[in-house]
Amino acid sequence: MNQMTSNETMAEPTSTIRLSVNGRDHVLEVPDRKLLSDVLRQDLSLTGTHVGCEHGVCGACTVQLDGDPIRSCLIFAASAQDHEVTTVEGIGDDPENPSDVQQAFIDSHGLQCGFCTPGFITTIDAFVDENPDPTEEEAREAISGNLCRCTGYQNIVKAVHRTAELRAACGKQHSETDEEASEANR
Amino acid sequence: MTTRMFGQKIKRREDPRLVTGNGRYLDDLANGSVAAAFVRSPHAHADIIDIDVTGAIDVEGVIAVWTHEDLPGQAADRLPMLIPHPSIVAPHTGFALAPDHVNFVGEPIVMVVARDRYIAEDAAGRIEIEFDLLEPIVGVEQSRAGERIVHQGMSDNVSAHYVQEVGDVDSGLENAPHVLDVELEFERSACMPMEGKGVIAAWNREDESLQVHSSTQTSTGLRAALAARLEIPLTRVEVITPDVGGAFGVKINHPWPEELAVACAARALETTVKWTEDRREHFISSAHERAQTQTVRVGFDDDGRICSLDVKFWHDNGAYIPYGVIVPLNTSTHVMGPYNIANYRVEYWSLYTNTVMVTPYRGAGRAHAVFMMERTVDAIADELGMDRTQVRLNNFVREFPHPMGVTMQDGAEGCLDSGDFVTSLDKLKELVGWDDFEAYRDQARAEGRRVGLGIGCYVESTGAGPYEGGHIEVETSGRVNVWTGLTTHGQAHATVFAQIVADALGVPMDSVHVATGDTRKLSYSVGTWGSRGAVMAGNALHLTAQKVKAKALKIAGESLEADPEDLEIVDGIISVKGDPSSSMPLAAVSVLSNPLRYAFDESARAATQFAKETAAEEPSVKAGEQPGLEEQEFFSPLRSTVANGMHAAIVETDPETADITVLRYCVVHDCGPMINPMVVEGQVHGGVAQGVGGALYERMAYDEDGQLLNASFMDFLMPFASEIPHIETDHLETPSPLNPLGIKGAGEAGTIPTATTIASAIEDAEGFPIRAMPLDPSSLWELRNQHAAGAVPSLKSRRGDSAASSPAPSNSGLQ
Repeated sequence: MNQMTSNETMAEPTSTIRLSVNGRDHVLEVPDRKLLSDVLRQDLSLTGTHVGCEHGVCGACTVQLDGDPIRSCLIFAASAQDHEVTTVEGIGDDPENPSDVQQAFIDSHGLQCGFCTPGFITTIDAFVDENPDPTEEEAREAISGNLCRCTGYQNIVKAVHRTAELRAACGKQHSETDEEASEANR
Repeated sequence: MTTRMFGQKIKRREDPRLVTGNGRYLDDLANGSVAAAFVRSPHAHADIIDIDVTGAIDVEGVIAVWTHEDLPGQAADRLPMLIPHPSIVAPHTGFALAPDHVNFVGEPIVMVVARDRYIAEDAAGRIEIEFDLLEPIVGVEQSRAGERIVHQGMSDNVSAHYVQEVGDVDSGLENAPHVLDVELEFERSACMPMEGKGVIAAWNREDESLQVHSSTQTSTGLRAALAARLEIPLTRVEVITPDVGGAFGVKINHPWPEELAVACAARALETTVKWTEDRREHFISSAHERAQTQTVRVGFDDDGRICSLDVKFWHDNGAYIPYGVIVPLNTSTHVMGPYNIANYRVEYWSLYTNTVMVTPYRGAGRAHAVFMMERTVDAIADELGMDRTQVRLNNFVREFPHPMGVTMQDGAEGCLDSGDFVTSLDKLKELVGWDDFEAYRDQARAEGRRVGLGIGCYVESTGAGPYEGGHIEVETSGRVNVWTGLTTHGQAHATVFAQIVADALGVPMDSVHVATGDTRKLSYSVGTWGSRGAVMAGNALHLTAQKVKAKALKIAGESLEADPEDLEIVDGIISVKGDPSSSMPLAAVSVLSNPLRYAFDESARAATQFAKETAAEEPSVKAGEQPGLEEQEFFSPLRSTVANGMHAAIVETDPETADITVLRYCVVHDCGPMINPMVVEGQVHGGVAQGVGGALYERMAYDEDGQLLNASFMDFLMPFASEIPHIETDHLETPSPLNPLGIKGAGEAGTIPTATTIASAIEDAEGFPIRAMPLDPSSLWELRNQHAAGAVPSLKSRRGDSAASSPAPSNSGLQ
């Protein structure tokens, strides 16, 4: 191997990027080739996003980009600039106070080893926003882009419905509060 | 009296942490440590002529490049042969880094350590290795033929050969009114946990100690292996298992080459080194399972009662056998299943091939055994024109214990210790609607649909010894710390073990905190495999908690001036039975248990009211006692306890496309009393899903050069939610007499009979025998062609039947 060639790879190009993650802005100096999943995990210590295949198939690394689920292993961190990234920690990072979709997984026994779970949570969180009252078939379809090797999916399907239930109850509370507020205003 | 926690569907205590991204899996730890990457063999069978690492050394950020000659002392030896067995005639294991020869694509040859993984992989890509290629041996058939040999110095490819016989098989066959021969094939799959393997080794130069985190199924085993191979005192090595993202068997082998190489590098570099396996590495260098070629000869009477069973099988063990012959051994000992068979002989040959090695995958050889037996029982039913459940009923073991006459993996004679197969079958028939199926079939047929009903019964030896331990400590705050040595990878140990301890000790579950797989607290443990976690550690913790309770009652008895026999602990309060006014908290007992009592907390101050003066002539800690409310205990069973179950499936096969859909899947399961039925059901669901994968989708596609063609999730068809049916479950709880809690293992059960149950259902739908799995639509299409051409016979019971006599696919559209 000649020295020139190795020097060429030596110079790993980096850039300063601005990332907005879970509502916080970060300015980072990262290699251009560094994946969003790796930057989230290594540079921002958001290790809730897991990497299961790095081929974009398993879905463990799913995060939301402007509210839509995407594979963070298939996108360079630099490409996520000017977008709002939401990881599982952004959905809820407090074990004492989990979000509705996280509570739904607890209630439904929707996880065993838990490695794939953050990818399902970000996926289902976005899905239930779009479809607040899914049928059994729609719930199953919604999670059919993520792999889980532990649960056989049955309880994850249940967790989709449970999320919808919790979100509806919460929405109802919200709207009741809104109604009360508007009545009060009258 | 508080509610007994055992048997309750308690929500998992590990979940709030895991769902909020607060899990700590291997790659989440030691952020910023240096990273290892491996150069692996691109060839299945080759001699290494030269390794040129100069290109890698020049890459900025590279810290070290290691080949076999850099491995020190015993780390350079062949990896250990973990489980010897008398049947092994030619033990071969690999190296941490291959010195001069490779035996499968993916075998590690060079390790690069660099600033980060990106750079380590850049450098790995610049290493040039010159090989002298040899012809590879791929698959059972080539290996059996023995025209080419995997390991030099051998005259064939047989690693192990074993025969076990119960009764007299030859005369049993001679005297049998009917004899059938059945030939079967089972393909390779793999555990495929969502998290691959991984290891972090940290060398502490100040006290010359090694701390290792590994995504393993045995922290104690790995600790001992690394201490031996690095030649450092055991006391200076600790292994901690963090959260593990699934295992299913593949993480039980130890040390993996990478675990040893990374530990060596950490010591040599006096730093922390991390290696996280990527998915391609997991496919081509971790372990696979399942491939076997099987033949069965069975003799039976007019009622389908089996008189004699003669089984032979050839097992593909891949390139090496560090984990011994557990898989074929388990196959050989589980064939008889729930049936009373007086004459049984099994002979196996375990064979080397130039492919990834084979170690246990959920079920560990049992799925293969059940496939043989259950395909055979279906064949008997067809031969005699009997209902398949009637043949099973006529053969069931009905009295327990039932000695099996064969020697199991734990070295003890197998024995069905408990069960009620007749009731289980009744429950299954009820659940799936067995007796109403013909009406459903007729209705479906009228709609132009083809459906079939299948069944599979199995037993599973679970909870193998030799032992597992518990360590429980009650802090002066009343917090109960619980440790067991075995590891956790999704089994809800933090919940189910807390349920057991809360009951046995009489404390609220919230006060119980469970930790597993950490050699710093409990250095004696075997590991989590073979559906043994709940049976072994569950009982060990039950016994430990009883010991802690006895000590607490003794101390409290002295304070409350009561006979310990008259005391009880409820919700963490010790009181005289029937007299709650005479009571003290367990926290106070913890304070009293330690004669050194600085009053630095509320419990200590509160406990002074209970303190008694020690008699002047007695030491504070009496002989045979120790300070602290803390105990350790071990559980060691006489033999494995045998769980059992039965599955039924209804499938639909598309008359035109041969697409296969599982319409219903029903499970009746008997693992004895369930600690947490929600967790057991979850285990069953997951097991069935892996079974469905193995039955219909997953196979390791090796080409003739030994290249794994589908080494990614894009090409290896692991089922998504869209492929897995809804699973209906029912339970029977017959207690085992072999342990205090009466429990039997549940972890692997779901996977074991799934392939044969689905084969049974497809066979019933199609009307011709299904003898090889997995079965995808193309294979079924091909079978239909062969059937139409007369190469595959119809089931005897279906000759003349419309499905079985269905014409070739070319005109099936006219049906």
